[in-house]
Amino acid sequence: MKMQWEILVVDDEEVMRESLVAWLREDGYGVDSAASGREAIEKAREKDYAIYFVDLKMPGGIDGIETMMEVKKIRPDASIIIITAYATVDTAISAMKEGAQEYIVKPCNPKEISILVERIIKVKNLQLENTILRQKLTKQYSFRDIISKNPKMQEIFELVQEISSLRSTVLVQGESGTGKELIARAIHFSGDRASKPFISVSCAALAETLLESELFGHEKGAFTGAVAQKKGKFELAEGGTIFLDEIGDISAKLQMDLLRVIQERTFYRVGGTEELTVDVRVIAATHRDLADAVAAGTFRDDLYYRLNVINIQIPPLRERREDIPLLVRSFMDRLSHELGKEVGDITAAGLKMLIDYGWPGNVRELENVIERAMVTCKTTVLTDEDFGFLEQNGSRKQSWNVPDNLPLRDVEKQVIVATIKRTGGNIKEAACLLGIDRSTLYDKIKKYEIER
Amino acid sequence: MNRGIYISPVGMVGDETITVMARFVSEMFGFEVVRHTSFPEPDFAYDARRGQFSSTLILKNLAKVCPSGAVKFLAVTEADIFIPMVTFVFGQAQLSGKVALVSLARLSQEYYGLAENSDIKIRRARKEVAHELGHTFGLVHCRDRSCIMSLSTEILQVDVKSEDFCPGCWAMLSEELAAQKVVGRKGHLETQKKFVEARR
Repeated sequence: MKMQWEILVVDDEEVMRESLVAWLREDGYGVDSAASGREAIEKAREKDYAIYFVDLKMPGGIDGIETMMEVKKIRPDASIIIITAYATVDTAISAMKEGAQEYIVKPCNPKEISILVERIIKVKNLQLENTILRQKLTKQYSFRDIISKNPKMQEIFELVQEISSLRSTVLVQGESGTGKELIARAIHFSGDRASKPFISVSCAALAETLLESELFGHEKGAFTGAVAQKKGKFELAEGGTIFLDEIGDISAKLQMDLLRVIQERTFYRVGGTEELTVDVRVIAATHRDLADAVAAGTFRDDLYYRLNVINIQIPPLRERREDIPLLVRSFMDRLSHELGKEVGDITAAGLKMLIDYGWPGNVRELENVIERAMVTCKTTVLTDEDFGFLEQNGSRKQSWNVPDNLPLRDVEKQVIVATIKRTGGNIKEAACLLGIDRSTLYDKIKKYEIER
Repeated sequence: MNRGIYISPVGMVGDETITVMARFVSEMFGFEVVRHTSFPEPDFAYDARRGQFSSTLILKNLAKVCPSGAVKFLAVTEADIFIPMVTFVFGQAQLSGKVALVSLARLSQEYYGLAENSDIKIRRARKEVAHELGHTFGLVHCRDRSCIMSLSTEILQVDVKSEDFCPGCWAMLSEELAAQKVVGRKGHLETQKKFVEARR
């Protein structure tokens, strides 16, 4: 919805006041008028006008400049346009220095007024949009917006609140898709560093040398292709937070460099000799068990202890199934808006299917599943049929409970029978799914006397 | 008194011009148009320093003498009119009120140093008359440059816009006219179609 901006015309001369009000109203703006500076100040207290047209010369009481300065005290964001005659251009210039946004010398070309107002309104609309987007962003990443009623998650929320303004390093652990980056963002945006940068780096996505340059930057000529000096993510995150995703995947050398930057808060750009200091909070995340990696000798124990000052373990979705209905509703609300498709409800059978599913991809997978179902569904209600694709995938992805006293031979037979059934008797496809070649599968069918 | 739109010349205005305007207003807005008293030159509104007439003062004066049966009261003048903020105006009206004033002074070709052409002047006058009356029916300036309700601050803009309301403005105007139990322009759907096609 477009904001209806209001304008106040301040002039002691009635004809001048009325005609300008009429002109602006014909342009579609909401316009009020004031016959004196004092009346204008009273009106500014009552209503938030976006633009004030103020005549510079108003006899008796307070003049245009004083009016403007008083209005600015009450409404600092207001745009003031000073109206002046030819003889007082110098005064108008000093008015600009005092904070007037524009001035108009009367009589002006008719198009000037409309262009001027349009230009100011355009900027105001952009400012408003910017404010709304910022609010939206803060709301989205504020920890309160990570939806969960699970007790473990509630504890995490409390912890996030407690630690948000500390500088201590945080290690976030959890399976893929559990929302590790969301937690990291929640910590950042709930704390003192919220107005500073939040920089996210996926350590698994880049080769070692590239990652080093990405994190610490490089000097011109540090390596082939380094045609200019480049700041690294640590420098870009100055005063804020750096989120190192998949930290378990970094090389031994980078582990050492990271240890240094975390311990000393200093580092060198690649190819650089100048020691740089940074004030950055480090939040690291991994889906691996770092303690195991330390035990196996693939991850430095000193770095692990430095990273693991505060540890947050995010439970997988299958361990907080009570959140599924809440998450489903939330995703449906948001996606209805984004997709421009009104899908307002889900049947009990559909919801049960989602609650019973294994969710190896966790919340991210749930979100994708809801989106896919909403895109393909034919009505305004999601049913279990809309999640039919999940059943096929799900049987493959559901966690495997090893039955007691089941011989390996029976396990193999059951798997083959189930796979052939799923492929509708298509041996080539079944062999492909089982990861064996067709002749091997035929041998096993024969061996286990499986009916096709 | 008859219920309708009243039209009056202010100062010397050609009879034919008033007749053409009256017919156009009647066709466009669907009201009976009543030719009202002629008013003398508006000397009371003359600003010697600017050499122009204050449209706000003329409009105020017209409001005082607005006929009781008038749905709207349109005045047409050859006087060059202004409001204090700007160098000139083509017309002025009471937004959602009764009175509208249109100046022909800057609508003629002679004003711009060109050879006289009464057809062009009449075409421009029709647009400005409909525009100002549109304001009295509550319409504000339209962003569609081809709509008759778009703001004209120079003669080129008057020439560029069409002689019709865009579908959005027409819809609003129709509501206002319906409230007065009047149907605007006969066969308007046809002209609306042309309007949309012309814009393409």
